[in-house]
Amino acid sequence: MKPIRPAVFKPSVLAAPPVDQTGVEERAARFTKRSIKADSKMQGLLMTLSMIDLTTLEGKDTVGKVEQLCYKALHLHDKFEGVPTVAAICVYPSHVQTAKKALQGSNVKVASVATAFPAGQSSRSVKLSETKFAVEEGADEIDMVISRGAFLAGEYAYVFDEIAAVKEVCGQARLKVILETGELGSLDEVRKASQLAIAAGADFIKTSTGKIQPAATLPVTLVMLETIRDHYYKTGTMVGMKPAGGISTSKLALHYLVMLNETLGADWMHPHWFRFGASSLANNVLMQIAKEKEGCYQSPNYFSVD
Amino acid sequence: MKKTTNRISVLKTYKLYIGGQFPRTESGRYYAALDAKGNKIANLCLASRKDCRDAIVSARNASGSWGMRAAYNRGQILYRIAEMLESRKEQFIAELVWQGLSRSAAQRETEGAIDRLIYYAGWCDKYQAIFSTVNPVASNHYNFSVCEPMGVVVLFAPESPLLGLISVLAPCIAGGNTAVVLAHQAKALAAVSLAEVLNSSDVPAGVVNILTGNNEELMPWLAEHKDVNAILYTEKEPSILTALRKKATGNLKRVIHWPIQRWLDASAQSPYRITDLQEIKTTWHPIQQIAGSGSSY
Amino acid sequence: MATKNKSTIKPLRLGAGWKYAPAPESAAAAHIQDQYELFIDGKWQKPKKGTYLESINPANEKKLYRAAVATEQDVDKAVAAARKAFDKYWKKMPAKERGKYIFRIARLMQEQARELTVMETLDGGKPIRESRDFDIPLACQHFFYYAGWADKLEYAFPNRAAKPLGVAAQITPWNFPLLMAAWKIAPALATGNTVVLKPAETTSLTTLKLASIIQEADLPPGVVNILTGAGETGASLVRHPAINKIAFTGSTAVGKLIQQETADTAKKLTLELGGKAANIVFSDAPIDQAVEGVVNGIFFNQGHVCCAGSRLYVQESIAAVFIQKIKDRMATLLVGDPMDKNTDIGAINSAAQLEKINQYIRLGKKEGALHYESDARLPQKGFFCRPTLFTKVAQSSRLAQEEIFGPVLAILTFRTEEEVIEKANNTPYGLSAGVWTDKGSRIFNLSRRLKAGVVWANAYNLFDPASPFGGYKESGYGREGGWHGLHPYITF
Repeated sequence: MKPIRPAVFKPSVLAAPPVDQTGVEERAARFTKRSIKADSKMQGLLMTLSMIDLTTLEGKDTVGKVEQLCYKALHLHDKFEGVPTVAAICVYPSHVQTAKKALQGSNVKVASVATAFPAGQSSRSVKLSETKFAVEEGADEIDMVISRGAFLAGEYAYVFDEIAAVKEVCGQARLKVILETGELGSLDEVRKASQLAIAAGADFIKTSTGKIQPAATLPVTLVMLETIRDHYYKTGTMVGMKPAGGISTSKLALHYLVMLNETLGADWMHPHWFRFGASSLANNVLMQIAKEKEGCYQSPNYFSVD
Repeated sequence: MKKTTNRISVLKTYKLYIGGQFPRTESGRYYAALDAKGNKIANLCLASRKDCRDAIVSARNASGSWGMRAAYNRGQILYRIAEMLESRKEQFIAELVWQGLSRSAAQRETEGAIDRLIYYAGWCDKYQAIFSTVNPVASNHYNFSVCEPMGVVVLFAPESPLLGLISVLAPCIAGGNTAVVLAHQAKALAAVSLAEVLNSSDVPAGVVNILTGNNEELMPWLAEHKDVNAILYTEKEPSILTALRKKATGNLKRVIHWPIQRWLDASAQSPYRITDLQEIKTTWHPIQQIAGSGSSY
Repeated sequence: MATKNKSTIKPLRLGAGWKYAPAPESAAAAHIQDQYELFIDGKWQKPKKGTYLESINPANEKKLYRAAVATEQDVDKAVAAARKAFDKYWKKMPAKERGKYIFRIARLMQEQARELTVMETLDGGKPIRESRDFDIPLACQHFFYYAGWADKLEYAFPNRAAKPLGVAAQITPWNFPLLMAAWKIAPALATGNTVVLKPAETTSLTTLKLASIIQEADLPPGVVNILTGAGETGASLVRHPAINKIAFTGSTAVGKLIQQETADTAKKLTLELGGKAANIVFSDAPIDQAVEGVVNGIFFNQGHVCCAGSRLYVQESIAAVFIQKIKDRMATLLVGDPMDKNTDIGAINSAAQLEKINQYIRLGKKEGALHYESDARLPQKGFFCRPTLFTKVAQSSRLAQEEIFGPVLAILTFRTEEEVIEKANNTPYGLSAGVWTDKGSRIFNLSRRLKAGVVWANAYNLFDPASPFGGYKESGYGREGGWHGLHPYITF
């Protein structure tokens, strides 16, 4: 396989149109007015499940916890037919091996966070060696964090080079770049950071670590989708999107899918290009699927909690 | 003849209203609410300086978002308070009668209070149109001045237990301020019942806080507190007014005096009662000159 | 990464990733009578001549109801009732009680919002989402807002005591039937006038429902009278000698007729007429939000909006990208059954209006402009039109000058600020304008120099009862909304 040469920073990568927050919020609110019913609702719910990165990123994670989560990933609700598996499991590097073994033979990917997640406050060499470790352990995907402090201080070349270097170490693994939009301060900064991450080699751009508030929101995600679209028009290259954190209801997940459908369209409506970073979303979606099938509202008692 | 059993009534506990909750005073003290003949009707909380402090903290926490709400929304809430008060009219009339008013006077007072709430509800989204200005400055700048709420206002409630209280409270919150009300010591029942009405009217927690207690004991604490932006006093006692002004000096809080006697008069209500509790914010922004022509207003 | 040759980049398949199932609102919430009489003097009264007009649902061309046609005698009766109510009740009532009546109307409308929403959509063809989220809530707000003014007029005008004019004759259009009725009735009542109102003949339903709400509010009889009918009824109303004021919203042509007709009378007149608004996008605009603003500016309510942003002036340096983005957005607009909650563009109000729009589309092609429309599938029945735009439009083309009143956008380019100001103002109309730029100082300059009654900066189609609305030049005169909206109904 040909090694990937790291991208080179050019200041023009930050040139972006202004973003009017009120306008973004209005457009985002409009997506929530779509009424998703009947078979299109079922389609959306199943699509949502197939796009989930089932996540556990806690200090108290153990082999046992990870194994159980992997089982859930493959068996969301065996009682129903036609329920897909999730897209991936997302864990800390120390659990990649466990996850890889537990998911062997399936299509579920193993994603690992890296680069001193979640704060990203460490040296370049530590971040790169952590990434290398996760990749060697078998990670299919790496979720890295950008250096927000450096970004806010205007050290754009530094932030860029870091992403490019991580991308190089990833090899065949796909790179998701977490912007931590809740720390960036404004939608203009989100737009700039998105452009920077894409130019530096991101396969996916991701909103949040899920460790701070606010995490993913419809307005922030919309700005990122529009950045991806503009990049596609300029270069013909697709980049994926992953909103993460705070998406715990089916209703909200469907709003995101409406937004995706109407901003990027059919080619992105696939787990290869869109993911939900979520932990409790899956059961909420299963309950909605059950309601569609059984015709009555459900209780959490009937769905496994892992 | 069949002997009927008298039903034992359940007495109401009259508590403080702070941060959308009904706590008792942290001091555990009480005093008696008396009827016109001097008989005890109920026990009221004798609030402490710590209760005052807590009320001001909750008013401050609520002040950012209350002041930023759409004026139309504030108007809707004031209108809701009026609806709730109207639906409990009889209770308020009864409590006013206990405390010495005639039935007809109590009815006038209660209906006057409801109508006054509606009056100020209607001002919420209009006073800005009348009292703010676009200022025709000589340079190429767009210059405008708007009213902004002062923040946290302490209201010393007048003796008129309901109408007087509403007459100071409504313009205060209509203008986006949050309030800490010290109920009139001898006539406090209506104030506590009003708290119940506020609580069921979509008024956000902390926007209005109501304390009952020894006015003389608590006034200095409220007047000196450095996180209060303004105090409003309506009685005519010059020595108290002077004392308030002196105590307020510490953080230069605004001291507003409305010596109103006849609360039913039309003169007791006006948009100036709102603007008395407003600051003025002026902003400048350049107006571009295009192709050499000037631009100003 | 490899950059593909731009010509090989596949177009985005917007909206194609997921087809939304029909999400129809139930029509059951609306209790529509077969026949409606005239509302005069607090009672439903049969028209003297006994004729009725038929009103259809433009989405399926089916009959909805019949409304009475008021003739000169009915107009006479209504004006007399309004005059009596003014002299006997309304003039004498304490202002704060008047205000409370108006609050009641607002409350009752809010409570019956869903019924009004469904009625508005069935009657006029606008998407249910728009009736639900825009028309009905804003109409309620107008009553709430003006209710509050009733007892505050002494503060509104320095050194002047405001008095009502008397009987106000009001004529409303078919594009926002209930909302326009609210814009007319609320300030009139608040300032102490009584009203005779004639709604547009294709959309009487929500106004008639409002009449029954007014009855429910126990308003004294004759304070508000509703006369249905067509042009003849309107003309009789305008000519009636005993009215003191006329408020008209509609076409510029009819507005001019009314001014002619009343020139030798003492009747006060306000007109809210047509427009051909310029929506101006500079190269430093927040592009994606500007696209949304431009799209909503022309396709909201099927373009049946007097202040629609029907002329887009886009700075030449960003024109290609901007126009592509508009087309992308158009691809996601769903045209169809107005009762479907997902419909973005509903039915054109009438066969006549649809023909007029199609005439302009044919004209645009003839004039040599480049025609583009989305590939939305149209329903088989009913009056529908795809969202359409024309590029390569010249300032001198009729497409850029005449009001189409449909979902058709004319796109022109410009180079400098000076040029676009001149071109934006180069029209007999002057109702509204849009300005999209990141530069505040430019916004304030354009706001000063654009000859339009409403300037939206980095926004479009924003309305609020507290904000005055009305035009310059042939878009009419007088303002509705806000403190300024009191003026047309008072005298000193």
